[in-house]
Amino acid sequence: MAEPTLPIIEIRNVTKTFQLQGQTIHALKDASLSIRKGEFVTLIGASGCGKSTLLRIIAGFEKPSEGEALMWGKPISEPEPQRGMVFQDYALFPWLSVRDNIAFGPTSRGVPKAQARDTVERFVDMVGLGRFADAYPHQLSGGMRQRVAIARVLANDAEVVLMDEPFGALDAMTRERLQEELLDIWARTNLTVVFVTHAIEEAIFLADRVVVMTPGPGRIESDNPMALARPRDIASPEFNDIRRALSGKLHSHHGKKAA
Amino acid sequence: MALADTPQQRLADMRAPSPWLARLKPIGLALIVPGLLLIFWHVATARRWTRLIPTPYETAEYMVDFVFGGIYNDAFSATAHIHLLASMSRVYGGFGLAMLAALPLGLLIGRIPLARLTLDPFFQLMRPIPVTAWLPLSMILFGLGARSAFALVFLGAFFPILLNTIFGVKNVDPKLFEAASMLGCKGNAQFFRVVLPAALPSIFTGLRLGLGLAWFVIVVGEMTGVPQGLGAVIMDGRTLSRTELVICGMIIIGVAGFISDRIVVAIGNRLLRWSPNHHG
Repeated sequence: MAEPTLPIIEIRNVTKTFQLQGQTIHALKDASLSIRKGEFVTLIGASGCGKSTLLRIIAGFEKPSEGEALMWGKPISEPEPQRGMVFQDYALFPWLSVRDNIAFGPTSRGVPKAQARDTVERFVDMVGLGRFADAYPHQLSGGMRQRVAIARVLANDAEVVLMDEPFGALDAMTRERLQEELLDIWARTNLTVVFVTHAIEEAIFLADRVVVMTPGPGRIESDNPMALARPRDIASPEFNDIRRALSGKLHSHHGKKAA
Repeated sequence: MALADTPQQRLADMRAPSPWLARLKPIGLALIVPGLLLIFWHVATARRWTRLIPTPYETAEYMVDFVFGGIYNDAFSATAHIHLLASMSRVYGGFGLAMLAALPLGLLIGRIPLARLTLDPFFQLMRPIPVTAWLPLSMILFGLGARSAFALVFLGAFFPILLNTIFGVKNVDPKLFEAASMLGCKGNAQFFRVVLPAALPSIFTGLRLGLGLAWFVIVVGEMTGVPQGLGAVIMDGRTLSRTELVICGMIIIGVAGFISDRIVVAIGNRLLRWSPNHHG
């Protein structure tokens, strides 16, 4: 039993550096962030601000150079099914049908066949792909592929869903629909979502908290709780006020570039 | 299959005017060039531009005799199936052996750095040597006869399979490894669940090229003094100055090679129907 006060994800003073042509680049500098179970957190910032690096550290794909990343208080050392990743370019297995892509996780972990089949059917239906369960990824639209990628992670009992600009490659209408579907799934389950984006509207529309990051070196500029009631209206004056405030924070580092 | 539900499929169904016409059109188009060649051959031989090449009609007549007998009744009458079977056994035998050797080696070199560092330079050095250059050495090593032909076919098919397998294994999208590991599939399990299926299109390309080369090499292989085989027929035709025999041998090799390629392509299309850019 986990204590209710223990954060599901905790980032403590994490710095990530790498070498590029003899120079040390700070992808992320002294970042700290604590996420509670069930929260929807968006990470937003311009390219080079370290938002994707932070997400990949939480996923376990990369290790911090300094500091530590914890899940339920234990260090994150490698990718694990309880932290599912949704990639911008889907990363579906092209040789597997929609159904088999979703079944990949459960069968890898040795879930009994009958049980895996039930799980898969449930999530195929949840993302509305029942008619396309036997289709291959190349036959699907971008929006449908991303639904498969989400279902694949959910079917594998992920507690935390990490999303790296998942709707960045989609057209505006598909993006809006998927945002709503994602919120719907999140509201019905007990998921924790960490969502990377560079679109301010998307960040505000989705999140309980918007974490603003700035580049050069990549760091966390501010952590902004969103008090707006759901469902949110992106045309409302309140929404617009928040957008303006966040936009100011996003561009705040420009003056300091020379320092 | 839900395939019929995809928008592309529905579009394709709407566009097709009538299934029969749609099926005949590619066949008709494919026959234009061979037809023109046949006409040119007929005109060239009928007008005696050359006296050394028989007319299409004579060749066709000889082909009937070569396959069924009953016209000339010489040493080659009704022997086509014997030569075809002899060649096929060497082509598929050598190809099968090359596949058994090249597939595991390719997977090894593509996946394990130590194997790559040890074996890859050697194979890169051997690869540019044309198979035909191996002929004298192979006759010394394997003697005059079928074993030598077998060895040359093996060599011809080996390298395309090896290189394409290495390429396929090395070029798996790194994102797929990340996706597999976050889903709980790690280490050696990734080999069967990610590497092998992802490399399959490349491996198939290698097999197709390898089989094509096997048919290519068989003629050279059978010049090493084997009594039977289509290559041997062509060599005999040359020494006996029987050009119609040479042409018949060429046609049979062409048709047999074509059919065997279509079979590989059909298997590939079935196994790789998930792949958008693999429809031969």
